[in-house]
Amino acid sequence: MIYGEAITIEKEPDRDEEERYKVYVKVVAVFTEDGRLIPLQITWKDGRKYNIDRIIDCRRAASLKGGGMGIRYTCRICSQISQLYYEENNRWFMVPKEV
Amino acid sequence: MKERVILHSDMNSCYASIEVLHRPGLRGKPVAVGGDPELRHGIVLAKTPEAKRCGVKTGMALWEARQICPDIIFVPPHYDRYMRFSGLAREIYGEYTNKVEPFGLDESWLDVTESTGIRGSGEVIAEEIRNRMKRELGITVSVGVSWNKIFAKFGSDYRKPDAVTVIDRDNYHELVWGAPASDLLYVGRATGRKLKDVGIRTIGDIANAEEEFLYSRLGKMGRVLSAFARGEDRTPVAQIGSRAPVKSIGNGITAPRDLNSYEDVEIVVYLLAESVGARLREHSLAAATIEIDIRDSGLYSFSRRRSVSIPTNINSDIARYAMSLFRENYHFGNPVRSICVRGSNLVPDDQPVQMNLFMDENQRTRRHQADLAVDSIRRRFGYRAIQRGVILNDETLSRADIKSDNVIHPRGYFDRGNLVGI
Repeated sequence: MIYGEAITIEKEPDRDEEERYKVYVKVVAVFTEDGRLIPLQITWKDGRKYNIDRIIDCRRAASLKGGGMGIRYTCRICSQISQLYYEENNRWFMVPKEV
Repeated sequence: MKERVILHSDMNSCYASIEVLHRPGLRGKPVAVGGDPELRHGIVLAKTPEAKRCGVKTGMALWEARQICPDIIFVPPHYDRYMRFSGLAREIYGEYTNKVEPFGLDESWLDVTESTGIRGSGEVIAEEIRNRMKRELGITVSVGVSWNKIFAKFGSDYRKPDAVTVIDRDNYHELVWGAPASDLLYVGRATGRKLKDVGIRTIGDIANAEEEFLYSRLGKMGRVLSAFARGEDRTPVAQIGSRAPVKSIGNGITAPRDLNSYEDVEIVVYLLAESVGARLREHSLAAATIEIDIRDSGLYSFSRRRSVSIPTNINSDIARYAMSLFRENYHFGNPVRSICVRGSNLVPDDQPVQMNLFMDENQRTRRHQADLAVDSIRRRFGYRAIQRGVILNDETLSRADIKSDNVIHPRGYFDRGNLVGI
């Protein structure tokens, strides 16, 4: 049989590797009457909560650094501009600064 | 008549780009998307440009790819992701025109003739699409712009990745006609050889050859290719959502292990027949011909077909016909490696039929009802919620997932008939 003896296929990335690039966060969000989805607060991986002061921009975008694609919310959080992605599989992620 | 403006957009190494996008650690490395070697679909489905530079080709066995490119990283495919990206890409296309015709998962034709008044020229629209795909989906496309589908497709292959090529009345002599004949859609290896035998090497040679001469060498295709090469193809771009009539419905699989007995084959045939039956019922069709393709472990393959007296979409009927075809035609000189079961000659399943005195119609109806019940149980609770007893005989074989192996292939250019206009 000529097929596949010693071939190792890359395993699915384990959580650690994936988390190096993107951080899934807990998000409190509201649906408005007209169907928009607006995030209000995020919980970072260390458990600290941050309020989203303002949403500056909202559009579909890919995150080459974080690895993924979704609706990108450009937010002001504690006077810092951050980007929050909604992956449309009901998960939200952010890209840590140090990557 | 106003000249049409047609775009052909091609996502560059689609599967590989999407995998790399989801795992930034792989960026810049030779990566190939390949099947699951444990289930023995061991070939390269797509590769990154880095892997391509090492000489890795689509369709290579994984071990071959490893031999010529030792650093290569294999990742398993995620069809759900590709479908999602393909759908999102079509949403973007849909903002420019209602005429979007997909050609496989990663390519589409767009007829933007009516949008040029508000959106700008074909080239402007193409640039906009190229930028949006990169920004919004994170993958690059190459777009060809021309007045017919064939040259638009040629344009999207002309320069890649992440580029727009316009082929107009002024430059097509130079760009298209100078290219080798094999760059034209539908000039494959065999046709290319036949053309070379008579000294036709470039697309320009095809265009300048006598149409009747090409007809005498290649038959009907000769006329079609002649029109293609001269840019006279008038095949329209289909509306969004329109579907070509289904000609046959089939499922095939390379079994997780070699099949050594009729019992083994029966398990796989039943799995396939269930999928074929379910898909026939989904479309309210019945098959008047049942076909099988068999490939043995020596990679020898053959197919057999049989007309059935009453068109059927009943799982057990399909399986029974397929099994009897198999029993009559195969005697296990070698173990069987892969099997395909297909229903063709499709008719609507409510079409009146001549009853057969020797067939228990009541029982047929009951089996049909049972199949419908199974379909709706699976729709609600998932594929594994209900299964046939025979399938439990072998754990490895029953693990094969037929539904998701039912991959999308590009349909033929002539699926809706020859609309070239000659």
